[in-house]
Amino acid sequence: MDFFIQLLINGISIGFLYGLSAMGFVMIFKSSSVLNFAHGEVLAFGAFLFLALVTWAQLPIWLGFLVTLAGSFILGFVIERIFLRPLIGEPLIYVIMLTVGLAAMFKGGMLLVWGGNLYTYPDFLPEGLGISWGIIQVPPVYVAAVIIGSLFLLMFGLFFKFSSQGIYMRSVADNQTAALSLGVHVRRVFALSWAIAAMVAGISGIVLGIINGITVHELSSVGLKVFPVVILGGLDSIGGAIIGGLIIGLLETFTGGYLSPSLRDVVPYIALVFILLVKPYGLFGLAEIERV
Amino acid sequence: MKTLRFRPCGNFKVQYREELNVFETDFGRLWAAVGIVVLFAVVPWVVTPYLLYVVNLIGISIIAALGLNILVGSTGLISLGHGAFFGVGAYSAGILAVTYGIPFLAVVPLAGLVTAVVGMIFGIPSGRLKGLYLTIATLAGQFIIEYVLVHWESVTGGTMGLTLPAPSLFGVAIAGDLSFFYVIYATAVVMVFAAVNLMRTRYGRAFVAIRDNDRAAEGMGIPIFRYKLLSFAVSSFYAGVAGALWGYYMISITAEPFTLGLSVEYIAMIIIGGLGSIPGAIFGTVFITLLNEGLRWVTDTIMNMGGLAGVELTMAPLREFVFGLAIVLFILFEPRGLAEVWRIIRSNFKLWPFSY
Repeated sequence: MDFFIQLLINGISIGFLYGLSAMGFVMIFKSSSVLNFAHGEVLAFGAFLFLALVTWAQLPIWLGFLVTLAGSFILGFVIERIFLRPLIGEPLIYVIMLTVGLAAMFKGGMLLVWGGNLYTYPDFLPEGLGISWGIIQVPPVYVAAVIIGSLFLLMFGLFFKFSSQGIYMRSVADNQTAALSLGVHVRRVFALSWAIAAMVAGISGIVLGIINGITVHELSSVGLKVFPVVILGGLDSIGGAIIGGLIIGLLETFTGGYLSPSLRDVVPYIALVFILLVKPYGLFGLAEIERV
Repeated sequence: MKTLRFRPCGNFKVQYREELNVFETDFGRLWAAVGIVVLFAVVPWVVTPYLLYVVNLIGISIIAALGLNILVGSTGLISLGHGAFFGVGAYSAGILAVTYGIPFLAVVPLAGLVTAVVGMIFGIPSGRLKGLYLTIATLAGQFIIEYVLVHWESVTGGTMGLTLPAPSLFGVAIAGDLSFFYVIYATAVVMVFAAVNLMRTRYGRAFVAIRDNDRAAEGMGIPIFRYKLLSFAVSSFYAGVAGALWGYYMISITAEPFTLGLSVEYIAMIIIGGLGSIPGAIFGTVFITLLNEGLRWVTDTIMNMGGLAGVELTMAPLREFVFGLAIVLFILFEPRGLAEVWRIIRSNFKLWPFSY
């Protein structure tokens, strides 16, 4: 039973992180229908930027965090501006391949700068954050992950619900042409959604880095793990991303715990194939798939 | 004797049949023949041994990239699993040759067929999905195949991999780069010939129809699902044949090279070369392989210069970076690839001095 509960807790925390990473991905897809294969690299960039600021530039943690957010925001903005904007209206394969190319570029660039080594952040989380109720042991990082995740989820919820930019973004996601004719600056919305998505990715990169340590390969592979999550939750549903993340996280940890550790990494993709065959638009996605 | 056809300044086709000609002019036919003769008679004798090895790898990649181009460029189904199919080809060649002792000549097409079947299995989602959903499905296929190659130890040898026996053809042992050159390029020429002609048949035209508008294609009576599966099968067959040749050439195979990176490399080849164009697949392959070798040369030179001993310049990240950059630049500035550049150069000559 202990083992089961431990797995459950691990699964939920990892799933939460997957959900958080998937959120940014969904945001981009929702507003501009771009499948971002470079998401993992953007995430890794956030983690490494934070690392550089905290260890090399010796900034205090809170300032480092804020600068990382700003840096990721700018990165997302620049990516959209330089690379994605010329491709609006081009065939799907070019858009997909562009993000694949960007992914390779960023990954190579980060490997050139930081190498493939494992880094860790200095220990800055207070010990008291951990929870231990009898048999239930939750390490502080997981608690921090859930707190940060929930906080940002709440903030984005409010942003989309009440702020004018958030409403613009929802309108573009809903119907681009209608939004355009009602005076929404669609290109600005694209840029903004990339920027916010990169920011969210940066946050999840930092949290993942706290938990697993920071390596380019590990972090960028999270970007591929996002696919089962978003397909399960529905490609265009932000809430679905969190729920999909939880399900995939639990599936992964339970497979790793009870079946075999090596199956752990591949089981989300097996699930992915079945989801695609049975319910391709996921749990909460818009059913717009046409059968030809 | 019939008169030789030269290229007129303009388009003077009067029948649809003429659109189907492989060579527009007799000059084209002549140059193709000259090219093949030079390829087989001159190239292997003038290049250095290392360069011959590179040339052989190009030949293998040409076969695989051609297959991917049929799937992605001609049928419009984006696959991110081609590297895994290539691996399936290599492994099935290994298993057929080692476990069942089947001779080389039979192993290569059989490996292609096995891979075609595997490709069809992973093509089944294309019955329901298209566009990016299908891309994600093939991505899942890539990871699942990778996992199976490493973990199905009783068949694939796990992380130890397989060691293939030395192949022989009609009693002649194939060993060394030179004899492999002839085997690889003979296969490549046959495969190019098959691909060129496939695109002229009803099957090839059906593929293109599906790419251009699947609903219209369905309306015109093309059974889409069957043709999509066929496209997956043909493309995987090419990957399988290439993989089998690669396996024999490398002698020992492990699951290491058949990653998502390899799949992306093949996609990069056809994008840089030109989607849906057979010369494009060849141009792209040559470009990517030469880029690889060029980068290797650059890193080696920098490493040997000394004084930079502290700089740990490794090949892989730089390669990945330049790769990504090449893909991005081609998509942004010449999305139709090198084949289009080649066409523009040729038509400049053809239309000079009145190029309007």
